[in-house]
Amino acid sequence: MSAATIVTLPDQSTARIPKMNFLTKENGLLSWLLTGDHKRIATLYLISITFFFFIGGSLAALIRLELLTPQTSLMAADTYNKVFSMHGLIMVFFFLVPSVPATIGNFVIPMMVGAKDLALPKINLLSWYLYIIAGGMMIYTMASGGVDTGWTFTTPLSTHYLNTNVVSAALAVFVAGFSSIFTGLNFIVTIHKMRCPGMTWFRLPLFVWSTYAASLLMVLGTPVLAITLTLVGLERIFHIGVFDPAFGGDPLLFQHLFWFYSHPAVYIMILPGMAVISEVVSTFSRKRVFGYTAVAFSSVAIAVFAFFVWAHHMFIMGISNYSALIFSLLTMLVAVPSAIKIFNWTFTMYKGSITFETPMLYAIGFMGLFTIGGLTGVFLGSTGTDIHLTETYFIVAHFHFVMVGGMLMAFLSGIHFWWPKWTGRMYPEKISQLAALTTFIGFNFTFFPQFILGMLGMPRRYAAYPPEFQALNVFSTAGASILGVGYLLPILYLTWSLKYGAVAGDNPWQATGLEWQTQSPPLTENFVEIPIMDHEAYDYDWLEKQNPARQQEKEVA
Amino acid sequence: MDHISPVLWQFLQKWLQHFPLFPPEASTIAAQSDALYFFMVLVSLVGLSVVILLVIGFSILYNKSRHPHAVQIEGSTLLEATWTIIPLGLFLIMFVWGALLYFRIYTPPANAMNIYVVGKQWMWKVEHPGGQHEINALHIPTGRPIQLTIISQDVFHSFSIPAFRVKREAIPGRYTSVWFEATTPGTYHLFCTQYCGTNHSQMIGDIVVMTPDDYKKWLQGSTSGDSLAQDGERLFASLSCNACHNARPDARGPSLVGVYNSHLTLSSGQSITADDAYLREAILNPSQHITQGYAPIMPTYQGQVSEEGVIDLVEYIKNLDSDYRLQQTLNTTELPADNEGKPTPAGNAPAAQKGVNP
Repeated sequence: MSAATIVTLPDQSTARIPKMNFLTKENGLLSWLLTGDHKRIATLYLISITFFFFIGGSLAALIRLELLTPQTSLMAADTYNKVFSMHGLIMVFFFLVPSVPATIGNFVIPMMVGAKDLALPKINLLSWYLYIIAGGMMIYTMASGGVDTGWTFTTPLSTHYLNTNVVSAALAVFVAGFSSIFTGLNFIVTIHKMRCPGMTWFRLPLFVWSTYAASLLMVLGTPVLAITLTLVGLERIFHIGVFDPAFGGDPLLFQHLFWFYSHPAVYIMILPGMAVISEVVSTFSRKRVFGYTAVAFSSVAIAVFAFFVWAHHMFIMGISNYSALIFSLLTMLVAVPSAIKIFNWTFTMYKGSITFETPMLYAIGFMGLFTIGGLTGVFLGSTGTDIHLTETYFIVAHFHFVMVGGMLMAFLSGIHFWWPKWTGRMYPEKISQLAALTTFIGFNFTFFPQFILGMLGMPRRYAAYPPEFQALNVFSTAGASILGVGYLLPILYLTWSLKYGAVAGDNPWQATGLEWQTQSPPLTENFVEIPIMDHEAYDYDWLEKQNPARQQEKEVA
Repeated sequence: MDHISPVLWQFLQKWLQHFPLFPPEASTIAAQSDALYFFMVLVSLVGLSVVILLVIGFSILYNKSRHPHAVQIEGSTLLEATWTIIPLGLFLIMFVWGALLYFRIYTPPANAMNIYVVGKQWMWKVEHPGGQHEINALHIPTGRPIQLTIISQDVFHSFSIPAFRVKREAIPGRYTSVWFEATTPGTYHLFCTQYCGTNHSQMIGDIVVMTPDDYKKWLQGSTSGDSLAQDGERLFASLSCNACHNARPDARGPSLVGVYNSHLTLSSGQSITADDAYLREAILNPSQHITQGYAPIMPTYQGQVSEEGVIDLVEYIKNLDSDYRLQQTLNTTELPADNEGKPTPAGNAPAAQKGVNP
């Protein structure tokens, strides 16, 4: 290891993975399927969401291939509509929403607050089962011909004008919603009731604050989605006029209800990503997060404002000009806490002692791409420019910058960061740095041209498009193939590292979180004895004192 | 810039012609919309550069090999206030600027020429007041404000003209409107931008902008003979609307002469303006829209009249208090030069009521 690294591994010739840990405690399939251990459930989630990510990703590859040419050359328009609908549904409800909270959050939150498990272990297992049932229904929907509603289920198209499996798709999302409600509920109860002695609210790692904010959104927002989808089902099956004006319904009601969930859902997806970034930037800068309280409260502010901006999806839909005005103003306000976070992370690096291991590379990628994603959101939040840019590829580029450039980068950052804790082994550093770089380059090639396409007016969800848009689409597809490589690499080397990775030891990053003060992989009970929190979060001086040998080493040097 | 390097300049121009970064500006609003867009691009570039420069700068300056010991800093109220207030200020400027633009795009001027647009899976049907019908095309003159009254007869669609920087959702069961004034003759894209099923990407067409002279020729060549109001008059008779709405003292329904844009009090006590949306609702869903003093006896015409039929009826009612037949002759033969002969001037009906119910 060179000087510019903080990785401190135990002596590899003698180091062993602890014999007793949560992975080895019990064996056999049943011990996994009936487990109450948050770390095992997190592992189950990690495997399942990776599976769905690759389905969603393959569908994305099909979309990009079809868009290589202006005509519908690879598939019929109907097939294309199904492909982008399934891509959206799977990526949003089966990857992005559960990605960080249900895997990384599930794994680290009890350890971060110094608890043995989540407050409600059986509910935690139930939420994984609900996810799997929902996933099964989604696979069934795909196998039985797919669905072509788009991920937004827009009525009356979804209720009366399509003859695909809308009901089973809606039901899948409905069930997945409950999985997310239970996860959120579990986190809220755990964070309130299970903090170890000395762990005050303002000693919590910022990961916990951000996930807490996301959990509030899950619990308060997702039921609205459930109700909305139920109404879609009722209207479709029994022709009860709720949304379709032909049956006496109100066409805009669906838009209001759907976005009342789906805008907060955007923050459900991004807040846990921000949670990861706070931890990673601090650890690899060896410095406490700049303006802890500002970052903590900005998460809460985002969660609160998130509920009052939904109609910015409806500026062109004939809502009154004055209500558009108010929603635009609120949208501008919600952009501010995100800006605060970006600057606080940046200044966390100021006067730090920075190293660039893979999690940090992904985190820096996040900061750049999320800034672009956030700033282009302002173009859409401003009513006047929204008229031209909405429903075009500009929107597609904007939310992919936030969701893929932001959230997926954060997810990969977090997976690499906690991988040694999770498995007890290190991932290979050089190739993973290469993968991070590949992802970043591929991502920009894929999605940046889409901003220009959007400004030029190319509508989203088009199977065929006017030929003058082809050059930029070819660019985008080429980028997507690089991006694909960037995603395949981690799967390969992370699997490899399960067996051949260097033994990580308890705290390879010299990070301050309580999860790093226990063995890797942790015991089923997480800690030998419940820890007592006697210092602030991100207290690197405390960490140095914990490790006299290391300090001595430094003094000698 | 061309005096610095003519070769480079030419190359840049050629390149931008083949790979434009923004669509043509063909309406009065386009330049205003682009001004805000470029302001935002500028602010974004500055903001992004600040973040990137800071990240790169700190990465170099405080690299572990150069700066082995981190200095712990809690935060800085001054700095945090700075990066709260400056973005907030910039966002508020964009908000106000955007809102001004938004109100301009969605508030048609009183003298705009009204054209009806009906969206259906998967085509756009355009109805000019003079009776010209088009599918997936819209012919308009330059230099004249055009208002589109848009409705869908099935699912959500969205009427988008990138070159004009305007777009409006076509909603089933509800009129929406947008206006623009074209500046440059040419043919521009018309897209449906709201996903509407199988052939969503085929729901496209041409916006043909013509000089006023060419437009006059086009109007003459495309007329079907009857104006929308005349079609409406026939429909009005065939649906027996005139059995009640006949302006006689003992009529069971209110007289419709001059009703358009007048203020009505409904039997519910509500006070409304009888605009296009109200007239449409009153035809399709009358029991909710009874004028005060009349019995709720009107049957619903939901399912009996198509959206085009409703448009004809509305257009007829609008024109009851003017000599629309005379105007029709004007419409189909020549482009009205001023407000006097305009097809449907919203809200400036002639003082004398020349038209009588049939």
